[in-house]
Amino acid sequence: MDWQAFFAMGGYAAFVWPSYALALVVLVVNLAAPHRRERQLLRRLARGRGHSGHAR
Amino acid sequence: MAFVWFHKLGSPRHFYRLACRLTPWLAVITAALFLAGVYDGLFVAPPDYQQGDSYRIMFVHVPAAWMSLFTWMFMTVAGVLTLVWRMKVAESLMRAAAPLGASFTFLALVTGSLWGKPMWGTYWVWDARLTSELILLFLYLGFIALQSAIDDRRAAGRAGAVLALVGVVNIPIIHYSVQWWHTLHQGPTVTKLGSPSITWAMGLPLLIMAIAFMTYFAMAVLKRARCDILAAEADSGWVRDLAADSRT
Repeated sequence: MDWQAFFAMGGYAAFVWPSYALALVVLVVNLAAPHRRERQLLRRLARGRGHSGHAR
Repeated sequence: MAFVWFHKLGSPRHFYRLACRLTPWLAVITAALFLAGVYDGLFVAPPDYQQGDSYRIMFVHVPAAWMSLFTWMFMTVAGVLTLVWRMKVAESLMRAAAPLGASFTFLALVTGSLWGKPMWGTYWVWDARLTSELILLFLYLGFIALQSAIDDRRAAGRAGAVLALVGVVNIPIIHYSVQWWHTLHQGPTVTKLGSPSITWAMGLPLLIMAIAFMTYFAMAVLKRARCDILAAEADSGWVRDLAADSRT
């Protein structure tokens, strides 16, 4: 496997790799954000400060 | 039987539990599909005879674009359930889908423009396909803004449902834009009637990536809906119990 040729993407590296990188970032962020939020919500509710007004 | 199941699904508590059980499985399936799709798309599929390796952007661009349309239709169906049956779970799912739809649309636009530069010679052109897709992004952003602008959740849900129903007219416009108007964007090669004009070596990774985006959406929308349900039901007993349990 010629890795140099692979990363060069036939001269289109500047267009192909940013596309894949952006997709990765967007997809990961959209999972990490609700994951964190759910834990925060449960923690806040456990402290007894849970009111629907704050948690949106 | 079916009715009981439907009724249970409509209960936020049961739905939350079901979502918690489903998300880990969906995560495993999604990860496997993405690995297979990216491997197949970047290593196995041959370069295109006209576009060289640049066409590999398609494996991200096309599924993202499909999902940008699908997500709005998903929100429209959830919107109908919200308006007609006042289903709380549907309302949560609709709200949960909006940021995902905005993300897919954003991805489709940016990867499309990264593909357009080497192939068309320009990042952007104000033609029917690109413009209608940009309008879709604004619709998603409008939906999200509307949700945070209205304090009462149920009222915000109904307003959002109406926006989803009105905005759905844009979906066929985007889909048929490449046939109705002259455009730089190519016509459909996969979804056209009869035999798709794409070879299997390129079609298979595209199919795998499309399914991966689909299962990703299922997982992410459930995860977001879980948060929305918790926030909406914060005062009910089962959420308090859950919160107390999660501490230990």
